[in-house]
Amino acid sequence: MSDPALKAVNLVKVYSGGAVPVHAVRGVDLQVEPGEFVAVMGPSGSGKSTLVHMLGGLDTRTSGEIWVGGTRADTLSESAWALLRRKKIGFVFQFFNLVASMTVADNVELPALLGGASPREARERREHLLGALNLTDRADASPARLSGGEQQRVALARALANKPSVLLADEPTGNLDSRNTRDVLRLLGEVHRDGQTIVMVTHDARVAGLADRVVALFDGEVVDDGRITRRRTGTAGAVIDLR
Amino acid sequence: MRLHLLALLAKEPAHGYELKQALEQTFGGAYPSPNIGQIYVTLGRLEKDGLVRAVDVEQSNRPNKKVYYCTAKGRDVLTLWADEPTEGPRVRDEFFMKLVLAPLTGIADRMALINRQRRHYLSLMGDLNDLQARTAPDDRVALLLIEGAMLHLQADLDWLERCQEDLA
Ligand SMILES: Nc1ncnc2c1ncn2[C@@H]1O[C@H](COP(=O)(O)OP(=O)(O)O)[C@@H](O)[C@H]1O
Ligand SMILES: [Mg+2]
Repeated sequence: MSDPALKAVNLVKVYSGGAVPVHAVRGVDLQVEPGEFVAVMGPSGSGKSTLVHMLGGLDTRTSGEIWVGGTRADTLSESAWALLRRKKIGFVFQFFNLVASMTVADNVELPALLGGASPREARERREHLLGALNLTDRADASPARLSGGEQQRVALARALANKPSVLLADEPTGNLDSRNTRDVLRLLGEVHRDGQTIVMVTHDARVAGLADRVVALFDGEVVDDGRITRRRTGTAGAVIDLR
Repeated sequence: MRLHLLALLAKEPAHGYELKQALEQTFGGAYPSPNIGQIYVTLGRLEKDGLVRAVDVEQSNRPNKKVYYCTAKGRDVLTLWADEPTEGPRVRDEFFMKLVLAPLTGIADRMALINRQRRHYLSLMGDLNDLQARTAPDDRVALLLIEGAMLHLQADLDWLERCQEDLA
């Protein structure tokens, strides 16, 4: 059996900077198999962002274990984590985090280059991703000149540029209108069919509907973890009740 | 289906089979494939109520066919139908009743009910995603209907989260 793409064992996060410690994540166990698409849902403040940030090594855990592929990651030094992330993880932040001094094209190509792609591969990958997200004509712009929805799509393209073994995303469709969401859905569906592992925090039911599995958090704990089944086929009329 | 057929007849007179085709043409994949028997039963009721009338049209080598047309009374009923605001979705649905009543009896807990319902909504959404991907881009009516269903589901899911925050 191959290693899980991602694994968390009794993962805990306590923010202890303030007057009272905040128990944001309280003992989460999670195992994500290669190729799985997991939607992480739950009310605001339930610990979703904290969880995926820890899984991506962007926030330190208080206790517990994190495994990426077969590698124990939570005990790595910051620089070793950064190296692992570069090779294996794509991250889409809730608030984009694009490099302001680089063009859109360079923002997307850079992680591919850092991940070990040749300049030609990086360019082709960038062209494909920007094309799929309807951003080709924005390639030479600077991120500051883009709308929120455009920046968010660039952030998704960037996260997919190095063909990461795991794509982690924190509400990547929060700023999109319905047309752009369709492009994002199509791309996510495409990379998922090609075997991309995805763990995505989302409130968007259309995005979550693409997932194989839903993990619901409440108050820092997993309260539900199960498959999303597909049953119905047929025409819209058969699925949708006309009252 | 009564008023839907009546509206099609107000556009032009038709026999039963033509109505079936008109429904399919107008709604694309968005109308549950109408059953011809059901159409004739509905036409019979409309006729009895005086909203449509039928004339026999002779056909060579075949039995006469009945062509239906909309009466003045039928038009009045349609006008009323179009002018009235349409009821919105009902929020106090069966799920909400379960959510409130089932925990009182100890037969189910709220967290479990909410979690199961969330999975159900997401699986419906998955079906709608598949359906949207399979629907031809020029089948505008079906696509609009799918999008409407998706927006309703999104609202249901958001509301489920509110129930969880408040009741858990
Ligand atoms: N940097 C921080 N310092 C202190 N508390 C934090 C910090 N980040 C998040 N929290 C708290 O941790 C809990 C979980 O937050 P978060 O992971 O952002 O939840 P979600 O993404 O589900 O809305 C909340 O109570 C939040 O206020
Ligand atoms: Mg968050």
